[in-house]
Parts: sequence; structure tokens; C-alpha cells
Amino acid sequence: MTKYVDQGKNDTRSGYGAAMTELGRTNPNVVALCADLVGSLKIQQFIDENPERFFQIGIAEANMMGIAAGLTIGGKIPFTGTFANFSTGRVYDQIRQSIAYSGKNVKICASHAGVTLGEDGATHQILEDIGMMKMLPGMTVINPCDYNQTKAATLAIADFEGPVYLRFGRPKVANFTPVDQKFEIGKALMLSEGTDVTIIATGHLVWESLIAAENLEKQGISAEVINIHTIKPLDEEAVLNSVKKTGCVVTAEEHNYLGGLGESIARVLATQHPTPQEFIATQDTFGESGTPEQLMEKYGLNNKAIEKAVLKVMKRK
Amino acid sequence: MAAVQELQDLVVQVRRDILRMVHKVNSGHPGGSLGCTEFIVALYNEIMELKDGFDMDGKDEDLFFLSNGHISPVFYSVLARRGYFPVDELGTFRLINSRLQGHPTTHEGLPGVRIASGSLGQGMSVALGAAQAKKLNNDSNLVYTLHGDGELQEGQNWEAIMYAAGKKVDNLIATIDLNGQQIDGSTDDVLPMGDLRTKFEAFGWDVLDIKEGNNLEAILKGMQEAKSRTGKGKPVCVLLHTVMGNGVDFMMYTHAWHGKAPNDEQLENALSQNPATLGDY
Repeated sequence: MTKYVDQGKNDTRSGYGAAMTELGRTNPNVVALCADLVGSLKIQQFIDENPERFFQIGIAEANMMGIAAGLTIGGKIPFTGTFANFSTGRVYDQIRQSIAYSGKNVKICASHAGVTLGEDGATHQILEDIGMMKMLPGMTVINPCDYNQTKAATLAIADFEGPVYLRFGRPKVANFTPVDQKFEIGKALMLSEGTDVTIIATGHLVWESLIAAENLEKQGISAEVINIHTIKPLDEEAVLNSVKKTGCVVTAEEHNYLGGLGESIARVLATQHPTPQEFIATQDTFGESGTPEQLMEKYGLNNKAIEKAVLKVMKRK
Repeated sequence: MAAVQELQDLVVQVRRDILRMVHKVNSGHPGGSLGCTEFIVALYNEIMELKDGFDMDGKDEDLFFLSNGHISPVFYSVLARRGYFPVDELGTFRLINSRLQGHPTTHEGLPGVRIASGSLGQGMSVALGAAQAKKLNNDSNLVYTLHGDGELQEGQNWEAIMYAAGKKVDNLIATIDLNGQQIDGSTDDVLPMGDLRTKFEAFGWDVLDIKEGNNLEAILKGMQEAKSRTGKGKPVCVLLHTVMGNGVDFMMYTHAWHGKAPNDEQLENALSQNPATLGDY
């Protein structure tokens, strides 16, 4: 197995920006939209190189979603950019009717997801977005784990026909996936093989899961770590193959336990292979101000919390 | 150019379609449909430049987006009679497994429809995107929209209205169906919207009125004028003054038939006021 090491901290949103720069050069149909957050979404270089293919919408996210839907009529591939909170809950009905139900090829790219947005507090820290987006028929939902994977995911969705929700974050975090790792929408990645427990993680919690697995190994526990970057459609086969071997699972995500990855996994297991499961997720709560590290600690979203959950779930086997 | 009498015959036949469609399923929205019949007939048969057949991208042809999707009966009838799909299919309106859903959708693949609408206030944003895609594609054709007046109570419209003028989307003609009625009563009673001409002008639009919005000649003249004002740096707004329920005496000048179908006797009465011209579906 590949041994994953941090190649240097970076933010996932910069992975998005880097991919947009590349798409600006390689795919003439790609257009970018933004609701007054160009700096946060890291797309200035795309704009500098392709000013005619950039649409500054202003602080009007509902209008942005509709304009994006309209741009597909005429063959464009629109990438909308704003914070995850304003990419989902604020514009749910616009996405539902004009994009999802209408089957439009819009890429909803959402930065600053989860509590790791940090000091701005709960008004901006959405923990419900995966749930809202995965409930929309036909919507693909992707939550990459680091800079390299976010870049790869952004490039991949440009070649995929259909509406996509791409969720990433604000802070600089470990960048550990190989730069040349193939990104296949809907395909889970086995990061570390094990026999005692399966840890299934998405987004910022993937690195925390790898750390937890290392620590568990020192205690004689063999943890399998699976990275689910595509929450919908879910790679059910990868999940089932792993839990059939390990017999228990911990899911880990920076999202409410209601509506998140954990629930998707639970549905698969309940219907096909009932398995003890513990959830690393926020417990139906809003976030608050603080540093990303403080918030991950307080809301039980780090490697220590994952270790505890592993010990708990293994007793339930 | 189609003779006005030909268009008038089509108008009467579309009215019959609308009435028969909503009567059959005892649901749907005849009032606004009848009020906009002359306009949509004129648009699809005289005003817009259309290719034969249908493709989603609609390059090198004019596009139309119905934002107030509840007037789907008139939209479906005009599309069918323009040849987008078989006229007989109008008989499936709102039935299970139909492509003619209660509100228009792309989901069932009905030719002529490019966006779902029904949840109000979204059509102008979509049209702005389509209009800007046309500019990127060096496509000089126009984008048309229709909105209810009550629909302008939805805030997203004003985001779009601000954007359209601010970004000089001048290949767009947005028409507002000014019938002064909405579900709960007159627009003045429900939420007075003030002087819409002044509002659109304050946002930077070029505005013109079609005072007789149920008169084909007035519509043709007004829409030709609207076309002549495109490409000059401003989006164009047409304030179309209509009568809800036009063409059926007991449905006119009231909001009562916004979302209500006629019973058997009422249908007979309404159809007798509009004798068949092109043949019923």
C-alpha cells in the first residue's frame, strides 16, 4: 500500500483554483461564476486569462444559480463559486428546479464548508449541505480530502455530464494524496488495508483517519481506511467488501450526522449487511467561532475522536 | 408573415385547447393562460426566429422561457400547434406518465421546453444565462421571457433585473403579463408593486407598454418595436396589459379562474364562445 505522507499543508480551495486555471486553458466551454468571493475561491488567474468566460454575479446567489442553468443552454459548462452555505441552503429551490430537476450540467463549487471555516462562526459554517444536496435526484455529491484531490475532482467533473455539488474547505490542511492519483467519480479509494475495523472518511476527516489508524496500529488494532470522496453515487461495493472483512465501521465527516456520509453508509449496511457503526460527525448542532483546530477538537472531529469510536465499535462486534 | 386572421384563428383554437385540457383533469390554470394566448401565439408564429425541430442548445434561433410555469396549458397548446410534438398529446395534460406535467419540465423530454418552471421567480435568471451564452457563441438571436406580474413579488427577479441592466444583457426581451391578478386577489390587494415602468427604468431597462395586450395587431407592433430596441446596451422590458381569462366572458376581469377548471356546463358555454377553427385535438 502507498504510505501517505503530508507533502506540505495547503487549502482545498486552492486546489479548486488551480484546476480552474487549467480548465481555462484546456476546455473552452468552461465558464466561471462567482458571487463576490473571487479571492476566497482562488479563481483570479482563471479570470485574468479568460475575462470573457467569467461572470461576476454580485451578492445574488439565487440569480447565480439561475444564470448557471441558463448558460448550459448553449453548451457552456458553468462552475459556480461561493461559500458552501450560500451554495446550498440559501439557493436550494433554485438548484432544485432550475438545475437538478431540469438536468442542467452545472458544477456547484462550494468553499468554506463545515466548522473549519473557523472564526466567522455558525452563520457561515454549514454542516447540512451534504444532506441537502444528496437528497436531490440526479445530483452527484463530491467532498475531496486535500489540495491534490480537490484539483483532480474539479478537472474530473468538467468531463462529467450532469449536475455536481463539489464541497471543499478553507484551512490549510495536509496534502497527502499523490499528485497523479486517478480521480474516478463514484469510486472509493483504499488508503490503508486492515482487518479489525473499517474507517470510512470524507473531506478533512480523511487525514485524521490515517493518523488514527497509525495510532491504533501501535495498540495492535488493524484499521482499514477508505476514502469516500463521492458521497453520491456511493461506492457500495467497496463499503460492503471492507465491512465483510472487518465486521465494524466508523464513518467520519465534517458534517451533521443527520444527512451525511454516515447515514448513506448506514442505509447500505442496514439493507445489505447489518454491521455495528459509529458516527464521527457533528451531533445535530450549529458550529461557533474559533480556530479550525479548536473546533475540530470541541466537536469531536479529529483523530482522537476517531480512535475512541473505533474502540467503542469494536466492542459491539 | 402570417395574416392576422390566421393568427386569430389559431388563438381561438388554442383557447379551446386550454379549456378542454383543464376541464378534463379538473385542474390547471386557465385564467392566465387565456390572458396570454394572443401573446404566445404571436411570439411563436410571427415574432421569434425558430429553426425546424428542437435541440436543447437552441443555437442560431430565438429562445423563449416561460417563468410563470403555471400557464402551461397555453404554452403546451402553442408548442403542439407549432409542431414541437403531436397535438393529440395535449389530451394527456396532467395525467400519469405524461410529458405534459402540471408545470413545464425538461425532465420528461418534451420538445420545446428548455427549463422547468413553476416555482416562481427563476425564469429571468435562466434567460440571462442563455442570453450570455448566445453572446459567447457569437449568436445574434434573441432571448424572450414571460413573467406574471404577481411573480415579481419574488426577490430573485430583482437580482436578475439589476444584473441584466448592470451587465448590459441587451439581447433579452422580458415581458410582464400585467393582468393585475394573483391567486389571493388583485395584485394591489395582495402586495402593491407600485409603478413597474418606473421601477424597471430605475434599474436601467428600456421599457415599453403594449396597452392592448389581447389585441394581436397591437402585440405584433409592440414586439417589433421591442426587437428594434435590442442590441443597444439595455435589456428590454415589455409591459403587456392583459385581461385574465380573455375570450371567455365569465372568466374575465377576475382572479377566480386563476387555478380553477370549468365544469361541464361552463366548458360548453366557454367553447360556444370560441367555435373550433383548426380542429380540436
